[in-house]
Amino acid sequence: MEEVLFFAAALGALGGAVGVVAMRNPLFGVLALVVHLFSLAVLFLLLSSAFVAAAQVVVYAGAVMVLYVFVVAYVGDAHESAWEPIPGQRFLAPLFGAALFIELSVAVLASSLLALGTDGPDVKAGFGDPAEIGRLLLERFLLPFEASSILLLLAAVGAVLLASKRSTVGDASGVGSAGTPREREPADPTPDASTGTPA
Amino acid sequence: MNIEWYIVLSSLLFAIGATGILIRRSPIVILLCLELMLNAGNLALVAFSRMVGNQEGQVFAVVVMVVAACEVVIGLGLIVAIFRRKLPLDVDDLRTLRG
Repeated sequence: MEEVLFFAAALGALGGAVGVVAMRNPLFGVLALVVHLFSLAVLFLLLSSAFVAAAQVVVYAGAVMVLYVFVVAYVGDAHESAWEPIPGQRFLAPLFGAALFIELSVAVLASSLLALGTDGPDVKAGFGDPAEIGRLLLERFLLPFEASSILLLLAAVGAVLLASKRSTVGDASGVGSAGTPREREPADPTPDASTGTPA
Repeated sequence: MNIEWYIVLSSLLFAIGATGILIRRSPIVILLCLELMLNAGNLALVAFSRMVGNQEGQVFAVVVMVVAACEVVIGLGLIVAIFRRKLPLDVDDLRTLRG
C-alpha cells in the first residue's frame, strides 16, 4: 500500500515538474505546479510529517498559487523569443540537468549514512504532529521563528512598495508623488530632490 | 518505503527545476522553477528528518516554506513593477540594471 502511494505521488510530482518546465502558457505551468505540490504533500504524509503536509497544502497550494494565478492573469501570456544568447542552450541545459541529477544521487547514495538503505527508525505516534512542531518552534527554535516572521513582514511591505501604483522602483522619492516618472512633466526640474512629500 | 527513493526523487526534481531555469525566459516561469527546486530541498529535508527519527528537519522545512513565500511575493511584485513600466518580460532583455 505504501509503495503504491509512493509511486503514484512520485509520478504526480515528476509530471507536475515536467509540466512546469514544458508548458508554453504560464497559467498551465501554475496549474502543473499545483499538482506537483499536492503530490509532494502526499509524500510528506508518507514520511509521517503531518504538519508539513498540511502547511504545504494550505500555504503553497492555497495562498501562493492564488498569487501566481492573479499575477499571470494580470501580466498575460508573454511569448518567449527564440533568440538564444548562448548557442545551443536549449540542448545543453537538459544535459546539464542530467549531470546534476547523477551527481546529486551519487553524492548522497555513495555517502556513508547508515540509515540510507532502511525505512528509518520506528517513531512514536505523535511524530510530526502540529503539537510537536509547534513545541519545537516555540522552545528550541524561537529565534528562527521570530526572524522568519520579521522576514514575512518585510516581504509584505516590500511587495506593496514594489507593486503599488504610485511607487517607482529605484526612485525612493517617488513614493509619495503622483504618477510614475514617465508620466511626469519632462521639464520637472528637481524630480529627485523632493523629500517624498506629495506634490 | 526505503529512504533512498525519496532522496533520488528529490534530486531528480531539483535537476528538473534547474533545467527549467536554464531553458525558460519568462520571469514567472523561472520563479515557478525556483519553487520546484525549493520543494525538492524540502523533500530531502523531511526525508532525512524521517531517516534520523528527529523532527528538527521538519522545522527547517517550514522555515524554507516561509522563505519561499517571501521570495515569491517579492518576485511577483518585481514582475508587476516591470510590467507596469512596459518593459519586456524576458530575463535576457532585462540584464542591464538600469531603471
